[in-house]
Amino acid sequence: MKRRNLMMSVAAGAMLAVSMGAASAQDVIRMGAAAPKTGPLAGGADVTHWPAVRLWVHQVNEAGGLQLADGPAMIELIEYDDQTNPQQTIQAAQRMATQDQVDFMVAPYSTGLNLAAAPIFSQLGYPQITGSNVTNQQPELSAQFPGMFFVLGRTGVMAEDTAQVLVDLRDAGEIGDRVALVNVADAFGIEMAEISRDVLEENGFEIVYQTSYPLGTQDIAPIIDGARAAEPDAFIAWSYPADTFALTDQAIVQNFQPSVFFTAVATAFPSFQERFGDQAEGVMGMGGVNPDDPAFQEFAEAHMELTGQLPDYWASASTYATLEILGQAIEATGSKDREVVMAYLQDSSNEYETVLGPIQFNEMNDNERYWTVGQWQDGVFRGVAARGRDGASDVILKDGWD
Amino acid sequence: MTMRDIRNLILSAFAFGLLALLPLYVSGYILSIATTMAMFTVLATSWALFSGPTHYISLATAAFFGLGTFVTGLGFQTLPMWLLPIIAAGLGAVLAALVGLVTLRLSGVYFVIFTLGLAELVRQVVTWVQNRTGQRGMYVLTSITERDIYWQLLGMAALVFLVGWLIARSRLGFALRIIGNDETVAKHSGIDTAAAKILLFMVSGAAAAVVGAMMAPRYIYIEPSTAFASILSFQVVIMALLGGTGRLWGPLAGVVPFTLLWEFISRNAPNQTLLLLGIAFLLIVYVLPGGFVGLYDRLRHRYGQGGQ
Amino acid sequence: MFFILITGLLLGGTYALIAMGLNLQYGVARIMNLANGEMLVAGGFAAFWVYTAGQVSPIAALLVVAPVAFVVNWAIYRIMLRPLVKRAKSRGALEVDSILATFGLSFALVGIMTWFFGGGYFNYSYLTGRVDIFASSYAQNRVVAFTIASLLAAALWIWLSYTRAGLRMRAVAVSPDSARLVGIDVPAVSALAFGLGGAVTASGGALISMFFTLDASVGVLFTMKALIIVIMGGVGDIRGTIVAAMILGIAETFVARVIDPGLTLAAAYVLFLGVLLFRPQGLFGRTPT
Repeated sequence: MKRRNLMMSVAAGAMLAVSMGAASAQDVIRMGAAAPKTGPLAGGADVTHWPAVRLWVHQVNEAGGLQLADGPAMIELIEYDDQTNPQQTIQAAQRMATQDQVDFMVAPYSTGLNLAAAPIFSQLGYPQITGSNVTNQQPELSAQFPGMFFVLGRTGVMAEDTAQVLVDLRDAGEIGDRVALVNVADAFGIEMAEISRDVLEENGFEIVYQTSYPLGTQDIAPIIDGARAAEPDAFIAWSYPADTFALTDQAIVQNFQPSVFFTAVATAFPSFQERFGDQAEGVMGMGGVNPDDPAFQEFAEAHMELTGQLPDYWASASTYATLEILGQAIEATGSKDREVVMAYLQDSSNEYETVLGPIQFNEMNDNERYWTVGQWQDGVFRGVAARGRDGASDVILKDGWD
Repeated sequence: MTMRDIRNLILSAFAFGLLALLPLYVSGYILSIATTMAMFTVLATSWALFSGPTHYISLATAAFFGLGTFVTGLGFQTLPMWLLPIIAAGLGAVLAALVGLVTLRLSGVYFVIFTLGLAELVRQVVTWVQNRTGQRGMYVLTSITERDIYWQLLGMAALVFLVGWLIARSRLGFALRIIGNDETVAKHSGIDTAAAKILLFMVSGAAAAVVGAMMAPRYIYIEPSTAFASILSFQVVIMALLGGTGRLWGPLAGVVPFTLLWEFISRNAPNQTLLLLGIAFLLIVYVLPGGFVGLYDRLRHRYGQGGQ
Repeated sequence: MFFILITGLLLGGTYALIAMGLNLQYGVARIMNLANGEMLVAGGFAAFWVYTAGQVSPIAALLVVAPVAFVVNWAIYRIMLRPLVKRAKSRGALEVDSILATFGLSFALVGIMTWFFGGGYFNYSYLTGRVDIFASSYAQNRVVAFTIASLLAAALWIWLSYTRAGLRMRAVAVSPDSARLVGIDVPAVSALAFGLGGAVTASGGALISMFFTLDASVGVLFTMKALIIVIMGGVGDIRGTIVAAMILGIAETFVARVIDPGLTLAAAYVLFLGVLLFRPQGLFGRTPT
């Protein structure tokens, strides 16, 4: 009997979760969101994805909902944990579409999960406006999935711009041409390292140290030691959150002082600044924002207020922007009919006002205006290189750690 | 072949025929669950072909599966689609043979830990090679739909069941039953136990690699971290054990309820999914030691129909 | 050269912290605990929490973390795992059951930690200064963790070797059946070993949280490392685990510095395989009967 009681309380707990999730109102727009709450990418989604999504829903509802042709509609958000498992992402998208019958879906988190979900979104006719997906395959993807949109940017461009920052510094006579290049050994790291190496070599840089390390490595002392021994002027690491922290940590410990110190994902996280304090000054990373832009400041404040944490200075804003774009498309058409909204999104003459500034999609559904490189300056992660965005700050050299 | 065999074959063929019609009638949601079930049916059944009689718990499914996805990822543009699962099967069998040769003399927990490490080792080597050759992210963009994948997997499931049925009727199956009961006796009666075990391990490895090759177009973006995710190995083991490995249909009896349970939990407890899944795992271990097959056999025994 | 050796030793110390607890749990209590990594992360979270909330040093936090972890693990063994031990007909059957049960437990623990702490990254800055040894710099927190790991290992070894309780534990590790014959309360000793192992693991977690970035889902990486080290070192002998941890630490550092960091984990697995093939009972293990 004991067993049955346990089973029943499990079932009862599950029921409770259902009833709490279901609100009932007259005119609502049901939105589904499936992204990692557990699994290897949960850490990133917890900083970048979920707070931005919840913030947008909260703000829209505070303001009385979205204006449809026949009056306002509140947003109802249904969340699922995809466990960082593409299998579950696919299933959750199916579930949201056919069981929960959501009107729209928030695009999943990360490049891999977005791509896994693309056929389902496409087949069921849901627009997929991605905010945390960096790829170089926009032409192929938009041809196959016409409802897939790209806000965050292209890998090729990000890698090129990072290399370009070095080229500019060298041409200005500020640094020499010795570069150490390391990357996390997965598709992202490999691709970024390849492109940046090509650009650097074309421009006459010497790659004095190049290596990769397995995903999940946090014991990074030998890499920093190797890089330091090669005496580079610039250090570029295409890294993931945990190793971004570990690389910076070790560089400080071993007093490795290149003039340019670049780490990739998570450099833009506010926790990077919390962790390293003044030592973060001058560290460069992927992304960036224009922190002087009032739209961003307002977003950051609201983010802090609702979620108790600051947004990251890169993909948080772009995730939020994807929902702003969707909201504006819904309001502009006054409809929650997906076909109508999709047609509006696919019309490349439409422009959207977002926290990132104005955004327009080209015929490949690609946003061509975004920040590519940022740098910690006076406690803020400022964009120092961008495509089509104003307000880039000047790059400063990294002046040691102490 | 007895009348009963013929009857079972006809019934099974009929059941597969019905299942093949499924995509024509159900929604995408049901189909996606059915695809997941078909995938796990192949994986768990082929896993049990090896682990059932030998009692070796293999956690290497993810290694073979990942290998298969990489075959498709690397070859789908240059080679015909139908060839990829065959290549994957070949590579899977070779890898299984190698692993089998070196490890099957290990016993019990050493074999478990080794196979668990294998997926990790293969993944590390694959990424390292990728890095060395400057291979960028792999995008498997094809026109293959979920329906096609479902049919492919269903065909594969039929094949695995057929192979399992044939093995059970063959000398190999007889040898394996003896090994399962007592390996020393088996050795003394002149059975080459190592060869028998390796052969079965190759079958199960090849099947998992084929599943990986078939599933790659569903993932579109192939990354080592997801292709070789070790959770898959555990899912397969838990499903096969929930069903029971004593009979050919055992794993199927585990796959269906477990997939539904997983879906039920994911759907109804989005914030406690893992917690409840963990509890479900524990309950299965405690409440159903021999799986559904064990339960079924006990019930048959109790109600006196267990005369064979 | 010194750099590789010292970095390798420091890393080996970290690995010892990760694996010593599992050795006790598997060697004595016969539970192949796949939730080991989650217990480690839980210890790290506790240290993070007391450090950020009250500026309590993670080392002082051990005084709370270790006893709490002991009680929790002791209870897990008594309530959850003991029935499996009783039910098991053979050691093999127990291994299968305990692998599945503790895998379920690891899911549940990740679920609980995510529920309470969220899925985000946790790290903090404590003792991040440098220590200079032979002209190279090392992180203070790693050196401190290594020192405590050494003290802990020495204390465990002395306790196991020279006390009556330790003797009982070693007796159970060698053969539970014979231990019963000489009047040892095997279930009690097993529960004690499991609890102690959990306490060591959680303390290790509190220490490595000084220099690792943790999140609720990261435990499985540590579990894998711990399994490799315990099997390599030989089950049921704490010295084997420490030696294996050091070998692995130095080998990985050597590969990373001299050959290619991309191959560190591959090298670890190859080393593990080699030991398994040529000495399946592990470096310090006894030939299984």
